[in-house]
Amino acid sequence: MTAPTHHHAPAPHAYVSPIPVRRAHLGDALASEWTKIRSVRSTMWTLGVMILLMLGIGLGVAAIASASEAPMGDESALGFGFFGMLPASICVITLGVLTIASEYGTGMIRTTLTACPSRARVLTAKAIVFFLLVFTVTTVFAALVAVAQVAIVDTASEPTGAEWLRATVGAGAYLAMLGLLSLALGTLIRHSAGAITVMIGLLLLPLVAALFMFSAALRSVQEALFTYAIPSQMIALYSERPPFGDNGPAGWEPLLIMAGVTAAALAGAYALLNSRDV
Amino acid sequence: MIEAVGLTKRYGAKTAVYNLSFQVRPGVVTGFLGPNGSGKSTTMRMILGLDRPTSGHVTIGGHPFRQLPNAPRQVGALLDAKAVHGGRSARSHLLSLAQLAGIPAQRVDEVLGVVGLQDVAKRRSKGFSLGMGQRLGIAAALLGDPQVLLFDEPVNGLDPEGILWVRNLMKKLASEGRTVFVSSHLMSEMALTAEHLIVIGRGQLLADMSVTDFISANSADFARVRTPQTEPAQREKLTTTLTEAGGQVLSEPDGALRVTGLPLPRISDLAHDAGVRLWELSPHQASLEEAYMRMTQGAVDYRSTDDRLAHLQAPLQPGQPGYGMPPQQPTAPEVSQQGWYAPPPPGQNPYAGAPQAPAQSPYATPQPSDTTKDAR
Repeated sequence: MTAPTHHHAPAPHAYVSPIPVRRAHLGDALASEWTKIRSVRSTMWTLGVMILLMLGIGLGVAAIASASEAPMGDESALGFGFFGMLPASICVITLGVLTIASEYGTGMIRTTLTACPSRARVLTAKAIVFFLLVFTVTTVFAALVAVAQVAIVDTASEPTGAEWLRATVGAGAYLAMLGLLSLALGTLIRHSAGAITVMIGLLLLPLVAALFMFSAALRSVQEALFTYAIPSQMIALYSERPPFGDNGPAGWEPLLIMAGVTAAALAGAYALLNSRDV
Repeated sequence: MIEAVGLTKRYGAKTAVYNLSFQVRPGVVTGFLGPNGSGKSTTMRMILGLDRPTSGHVTIGGHPFRQLPNAPRQVGALLDAKAVHGGRSARSHLLSLAQLAGIPAQRVDEVLGVVGLQDVAKRRSKGFSLGMGQRLGIAAALLGDPQVLLFDEPVNGLDPEGILWVRNLMKKLASEGRTVFVSSHLMSEMALTAEHLIVIGRGQLLADMSVTDFISANSADFARVRTPQTEPAQREKLTTTLTEAGGQVLSEPDGALRVTGLPLPRISDLAHDAGVRLWELSPHQASLEEAYMRMTQGAVDYRSTDDRLAHLQAPLQPGQPGYGMPPQQPTAPEVSQQGWYAPPPPGQNPYAGAPQAPAQSPYATPQPSDTTKDAR
């Protein structure tokens, strides 16, 4: 094109703000994400429901086991923590997806990325704030439930220190990591309902599918699904030996597997968030 | 200063913005006009680094947005008033943005006061009216007290008091030496707010000029002539006379005639000579709105992709009352009374380039070619 037909004299001085200018950094983004996550009701609801499920189911299961007075051999009562962890994971998945996908749903992501063009910084801050929040809450309540279960069920054997650590910090870290995977998936899918559906499918479908693999030809697939389904791995987290068959993860290994999967998903999330139009 | 060079954005086969080059200068309010789907919002998103251009580039103060050292302190934007999480209070929303940009928290209360939302700061923005949402969006844009401001349709949903406030705010921001880039559909509002206009149609630049230049280059001034309603023969006689004298005559629904191509005194003389009494002879100047309609209608000529709308623009049948009748037709075709009228089909615009019109005529339509050249 030719030069514009009409030229305005430039303003004598470009505007300079009196507010001191300083470079924003990750700490600012962390503060911002903390403000965001605590100022919406969905956080309180999902975490509140999660706490209720962990306490209610955990204590209920312990009470029933105590009433039955069945001998538990060398098993500790900590394994009952699994029954609260499974429904809690659905709440964590929801919160993880919503942390980023709600920004896409409302269009807030554009406002956010206008205020901070560094997309990696925004995602890092979200991941850190979300992980620490969920890790803290789940660890605290997993510990509370574990203490209560050990106290209520007196037929079980006394848990070791390593078992205590896995049932509290391990369970919290596993749930928070699962939530982080949901956050990464929410970034990739950019749609709350879609991402939550995919995550819940990932959580439950392998086990459901394995249940109906009656054919002997599918035996190996069935075994793999049983071993590596997320609920199975949660059970394995509470046990020293592989709970299903001789192979498969046990102890801290499920957490490492989940961390690996999450790292891969997060890498994809960073790459796509950086290159995609929002 | 915003500078776009050869900006192009394609979504698959659809070209949203094509080879757009313009500059937005500080110190004045620059209006950004274009029909729906013409690529305004896409352009704004590319300016803000949200969308990646297919080719070309756009810089703010010499840097692409995503490479600006302190982007939120240099650029503020309102893209969509509804782009907030409805469950968050106005204050929390602004606080999270301020923290993200490293802006002191007290600035949040300042901007809440500036936009008049201090009383509802603790309320969840879900319950906000569209006008309140716009104010919240403007507050977010002002947070960083930036040199460059972009507003996409800022007066949408505002009441008259709010519109006046936005108008004065834009002018004040520009007068402080800031770059203010505002898109709007409200042409009357742009005429009052903006000094400079960038007009796009179908993703391409149509005009980049001052508002006054734009109106004079694209206006469709005409004279309204009314003959006694009791004597329809006089009206026909005058129509024939004016057409023979080289004017173009269109009929308005209430019986008045819309005459172009002839100066007012000449119309009066011709009527006198023909023995026709006149009840009204009045000049009418085109508004920015009319100028804009004419301009963007021309965008049809520049279409770069296939036009699926073409079949909707049914050609006018002869004898059907309409706007696009040949000017030589002795009986005056009808046009609607309002200034806002359906634009003619391309190539049939009776106002465009009347060859017989005397050059000194105040109603002669300037050739729009000088603006179209600008677009190339």
